[in-house]
Amino acid sequence: MAGDKVKLLGFWGSPFALRVEWALRLKGVEYEYVEEDLSNKSPMLLQYNPLYKKVPVLVHNGKPIMESLVIIEYIDETWKNRPLLPIDPFERATSRFWAKFVDDKFVPLIIKMSSSTREQKDKVAEEAREVLKTLESSLNQNKPFYGGKILGFMDIAVAWIGIWAPMLEKIIDIKLLDEEYMPLLNTWFRDVLEVLVIKECIPPLDKLLAHYKDYYDRFMATKSN
Amino acid sequence: MDVSEVVLLDFWASLFCMRVKIALAEKGVQYDCKEENLANKSQLLLQMNPVHKKIPVLIHHGKPISESNIIVQYIDEAWQNKHPPLLPSDPYLKAQARFWADFVDKKVPIICHIFLLRFSIDLICVEKNTQINDGARRIWSTKGEELEKAKREFIEWLNVLEEQLGDKAYLMGESFGYADIAMVPFYCWFYALETIGKMSIEKECPKVVAWMKRCMERESVSKSLPDPHKVYEFRLQKLNNKTT
Repeated sequence: MAGDKVKLLGFWGSPFALRVEWALRLKGVEYEYVEEDLSNKSPMLLQYNPLYKKVPVLVHNGKPIMESLVIIEYIDETWKNRPLLPIDPFERATSRFWAKFVDDKFVPLIIKMSSSTREQKDKVAEEAREVLKTLESSLNQNKPFYGGKILGFMDIAVAWIGIWAPMLEKIIDIKLLDEEYMPLLNTWFRDVLEVLVIKECIPPLDKLLAHYKDYYDRFMATKSN
Repeated sequence: MDVSEVVLLDFWASLFCMRVKIALAEKGVQYDCKEENLANKSQLLLQMNPVHKKIPVLIHHGKPISESNIIVQYIDEAWQNKHPPLLPSDPYLKAQARFWADFVDKKVPIICHIFLLRFSIDLICVEKNTQINDGARRIWSTKGEELEKAKREFIEWLNVLEEQLGDKAYLMGESFGYADIAMVPFYCWFYALETIGKMSIEKECPKVVAWMKRCMERESVSKSLPDPHKVYEFRLQKLNNKTT
């Protein structure tokens, strides 16, 4: 769809904006990336997403779409080359189920962990590992990517864990992506994150680590006062 | 088509099951409805939804699909040759429908639950004390502010839908569909909320109530929602059991 204006409002440290970028890049869609300062949200963001005031927001020919998984499905349906979701309805439902599972179960635990005291964090980390083990059980050993030989919806919806989990392990001193108990998960994330178009979007890991470490240190300082 | 090809693991009071029943009825799909005892879940449920162990589960050709909004989308796609379509064909409108169904999922159940719990515990506390003692009075007054806050939050969220509706017949325009299906089961809770909360939802959000009533004119909806009085009794009983 030549001549389309596509804009992505994002934040460099957001896994949700990242997965939308992955979808756009896999489809070969040209877009303008707009970096948001989340401590000082732009009038444009507040106008396009008045309800949640969050990134990412995709703006296509002036019309906004919010919620990263909704955006990814929109991208898949608008640019029909290189499909992201499977064709079969049951497989589509299964992909949507697991993507929702991760967003509903793992994300709140990550947030909780980042604001837990030292005493609480081990318990929360254990819950997070259980969620990952359940995700592991959905993987098929014979496929490099979730759906087979080609990267798809589930891969881009979930692979951010392969970046954020190791980072949190360093900052909070907990174990999440246990290689021994989650071998398929570890291999899957490694394989996805090695794909060139995925790799070139990933923010600098040292910058990401510093950003989240700063947030965590500031939180811990308030707790000890 | 053999009815047992499509099986729904159900619970009569579950809002999420109602969504699925509405979608199946809209598409005219025959199915076998199996009522679950949530206090003693069947082997079939535990096998078909091992991750969450929850209803609804749709079983089609022996394969399970879970999560109500995902099931509704599946129904639309698996029976795409059956009229009416539940999602718009335009990708932008489809994204809007998904956004609003996601909004309902995120916010309304939590608020409804808090709302009911807060109010119902209060009601029971006051009812149980034949003499209004200091304890009950204290509970009432300290909870009073919380209750009002919960009420305000609930109305605030309904007002978002009120605004989104505008002059439209349904959430996405002239056609009933996915986003309406996500919300309409909550209508059978309105009686309980109004009774316990001593409020009129219609007065606060007239367009939302008009929309709900319009949806209820569809047979797929009216046949899938239980009697609001039955729902109120069920909720009260559930909370009674929790507090005894």
